[in-house]
Amino acid sequence: MANTVIVSLVSMGAMGALFGAGLAWASRKFAVESDSRIDDIEAVLPGANCGGCGYPGCRGFAEAVVTGKASVDGCPVGGSGVAAEVAKIMGVELEGGCERLVALVRCAGGRAEAKERAEYVGIDDCRAAEVVAGGSKGCEYGCLGLASCVKACPFDAIAMGPNGLPVVDKAACTACGRCVVACPRDLIALVPCNMYVHVLCRSYDRGKEVRDNCQVGCIGCKACERVCEDDAIHVTDFLAEIDYTKCTNCGACAAKCPTKAIIIEDGAPKVTSAAS
Amino acid sequence: MSKGRTFRGGIHPIGHKELSATKAIKVMTPPAEVIIPLKQHVGACCKPLVKKGDIVNKGQKIGDADAFVSAPIHAPVSGVVKAIESCWHPAGGKVQAIVIENDNEERLDPSITPKGELDQLDADAIKTIVREAGIVGLGGATFPTHVKLAPPPDKRIQTLIINGCECEPYLTCDHRLMVEHPDRIIDGTRALLKALGISKAIIGIELNKPDAIEAMQRAAVGHAGIEIVPLKLKYPQGAERQLITAITGKEVPAGGLPMDIGIVVNNVGTAAAIQTAIQTGMPLIERIVTVSGEGVKEPQNLLVRVGSRCSDVLEAAGGFTGTPKQVIIGGPLTGTTQFDLSVPVTKCTSGILVFNQLKTAREPDPCIRCGRCVDVCPAFLVPTTIARYVDGGKLNEAVRWGLLNCIECGSCSYVCPANRFLVQSIKLGKQEVQAERHKKTS
Repeated sequence: MANTVIVSLVSMGAMGALFGAGLAWASRKFAVESDSRIDDIEAVLPGANCGGCGYPGCRGFAEAVVTGKASVDGCPVGGSGVAAEVAKIMGVELEGGCERLVALVRCAGGRAEAKERAEYVGIDDCRAAEVVAGGSKGCEYGCLGLASCVKACPFDAIAMGPNGLPVVDKAACTACGRCVVACPRDLIALVPCNMYVHVLCRSYDRGKEVRDNCQVGCIGCKACERVCEDDAIHVTDFLAEIDYTKCTNCGACAAKCPTKAIIIEDGAPKVTSAAS
Repeated sequence: MSKGRTFRGGIHPIGHKELSATKAIKVMTPPAEVIIPLKQHVGACCKPLVKKGDIVNKGQKIGDADAFVSAPIHAPVSGVVKAIESCWHPAGGKVQAIVIENDNEERLDPSITPKGELDQLDADAIKTIVREAGIVGLGGATFPTHVKLAPPPDKRIQTLIINGCECEPYLTCDHRLMVEHPDRIIDGTRALLKALGISKAIIGIELNKPDAIEAMQRAAVGHAGIEIVPLKLKYPQGAERQLITAITGKEVPAGGLPMDIGIVVNNVGTAAAIQTAIQTGMPLIERIVTVSGEGVKEPQNLLVRVGSRCSDVLEAAGGFTGTPKQVIIGGPLTGTTQFDLSVPVTKCTSGILVFNQLKTAREPDPCIRCGRCVDVCPAFLVPTTIARYVDGGKLNEAVRWGLLNCIECGSCSYVCPANRFLVQSIKLGKQEVQAERHKKTS
């Protein structure tokens, strides 16, 4: 009896030792090299898994940064703070003063300013209205006002304003870009939040057509182009566009714009320039 | 009369056909200016063959494309090319269009000559005539007819079905054509049979057009192989798949084409256009348009040059009775509402309908799960579920429920007691799926 106990104890012990040694050897031999930086980066990311960076979740982005596929400032939600931390982990210098981006609705033609050419009856969705002969608005580039961007925003940062146009809450916006995709008229852009002068029109129509449809559209008169001292605003195809890398927020173009399609937002820093 | 064959599902909307069904086809005076969109068909857009300032003759080819699935366009009047610019298309969106100022000379192009007797033409000659005449499906789908006549070699066609259903309310253009020109339709049918190399054709007509059935039966006497089949009155009987089921009892496989089961379907208007192209050589430059609805002074059927503005056609019909609230091009169930009356009549404009009040002005209520849309769906789908998936952005799930098999007949929206915009959601979903697939392949 005692013999059986001893034999089994010894054999089990021997097998245990053997397998243990095998496992220890295998764990060394087949070890997966994991970059500790992936975990470090994931830890500093916002963790919303919103996909705004274009990678599957925050870990996907962290892996892409480590493998060099994504740049360190690729997280639109985290902004410059997160970008700085990711850059520190990766041991690289952050180029330029990477500024946080926010969504901007580039249409100012609300109910009061823009003409409606028809009455739209159908699904409350801009994409659906666009399919029905281009919606009800006279301007074929303007905001349809059915709030597809509002529904698309996962951060509650867009709401419909009293004028029938969406209004972005700059503080809540994380620049994830969902609204940019949701807008069938490509009206929303992500712009640096320290930029205060914007062209709120996307119409490529000629001046007369724009005026027929909307009081605040860009008519392509080029007055802004002439007054700009920094070569930051240009009119192509009857539409002014601002080069945000050159704009100094001086607001000279906004002051000159005859239809007020160019605006200067509140809170703009005072710039001393020869034009003002 | 027999009860007539039919398909499963469908609806019985009030026809309102009496407004124009007894009015003989009137020829509308060609307008002073015509706008010819370069795309009036399914397939590749045409390239203009003329430039601004050119003098064109009536019937001259002014646009063509190299692609097989496309159809050329022709000048419907003689005159001067005033501009080539973008214009609103009645189906929505903007397209390039050739604007011609009419010189009222009706100067025929030298290329317009009779193509000879049908008996002397072979199948390839007929196919060439059909393509060069720019003939497309005049029932509304505008699929180029010559493509239908050239099935791939592994598909054997046995039967030709000619669609004389005209199941949409208000429209009577095919009805009048059958009553007034049955011989042209029969001759066109014979040309189609010859081009396809088959001998059996069935012409399906709904029972609410007894005069058309009678006229067609009389014209078909002596033509073995052409049979007139009366069909029960139901919408959407004129939809290709439903018509095939009603007549033959066969089902076109989901995602497939009628030619997969050996059938080709063409509209009576298409057959008549082919007859004209062979007999006179005149390409497709005019069509019958039903102008109707309570908002029109004199509802009637007009023979209109392609490119005439909607407003010109409405004027020819006596103008409005009151303040129009809605103008639809096409039938009330599948047509498109217009916001601008300067849009041109195209090859597929079967009707222009004017209403003084909006019939769908009630806000939609939540779905009450009554299942009426499921009962009427002629494609055997569950419209409410598909629409809900599309609204929620779950396109893959919608496709799994048969989104792409929807024929967009609008029966579901018509019966919905909650006034939900079912077919609009489904249409939107189909477009988004197709756009996504297009993006993936390119």
